Amino acid sequence: MTMVKVLFYLMGFIALASAIFIAASKNLVRSVFMFFVTLLSIAGLYVLALADFIAITQVVIYVGGILVLMLFAFMLSGRETLANLQQQNDHFLSISKLPALLLAVLFFIVMINILFKTDINHLQWVTKSVSYKIDIKPDSPMTGNIGVNLMTMYLLPFEAISILLMMALVGAAHLSRREKNV
Amino acid sequence: MISLSDFLIVSAGLFCIGLYIILTKRNAIQVLIGIELMLNAAILNLVAFGKYDRLNNGGQMFALFAIVLAAATTAVALAIILNVYKKYKTIDPNNINELRD
Repeated sequence: MTMVKVLFYLMGFIALASAIFIAASKNLVRSVFMFFVTLLSIAGLYVLALADFIAITQVVIYVGGILVLMLFAFMLSGRETLANLQQQNDHFLSISKLPALLLAVLFFIVMINILFKTDINHLQWVTKSVSYKIDIKPDSPMTGNIGVNLMTMYLLPFEAISILLMMALVGAAHLSRREKNV
Repeated sequence: MISLSDFLIVSAGLFCIGLYIILTKRNAIQVLIGIELMLNAAILNLVAFGKYDRLNNGGQMFALFAIVLAAATTAVALAIILNVYKKYKTIDPNNINELRD
């Protein structure tokens, strides 16, 4: 049991446990703050998968951007909204949630079953990549490689996503504008 | 090192918890959190497979694209939720059942 394994199981446990806490909690603000913990531990999992640039992006965009946006969205929208959002009288395990629980558990069983049937650790292209030594090692330089690839091989998706981001920005600003004559 | 199946088991668990949140919560913001959780599970899969491709690193690249797309989606979805609250005075998805006109 190496240190990496221990860290992996720790991060995975924190991610799953905080996700279950989100599903169980009735308080909206508490579940948003618990989502912080989930996202940070997923960023830790990215680091353990040797994708450090993705981990930093996750921290910057998700934790710094999306969650702050979520908190803003309902903390700036008035006191009666906040009071209205928080009153939910439902329990974690009630009979009305049984179909959802059944669906989630069955879906999990199906996915795990597929995962073990395909023998995922010995896929053909994975073993080929390991034997050709083109898998990522812990000391291989990745961020520079990502930058070069972004400007050469993936230039078209990069430009497309920049246009889409601008459209989303304009659309969000238009939607949240206060209309005077309504 | 950590094997591929460990990552996939964790991401399958996250995906199913996100599915449960979407199906049970009666609050549009919490449904949005469930969607983000499912997206993160998918991105974790992309990153875990992207470990075996150093030259093109397609997995990590599309994980980046997916993170940016999730940011755009959330911004628009929150604007829509605020508008829906202004019109209906509730954000329970079960109660929003009529069009504007």
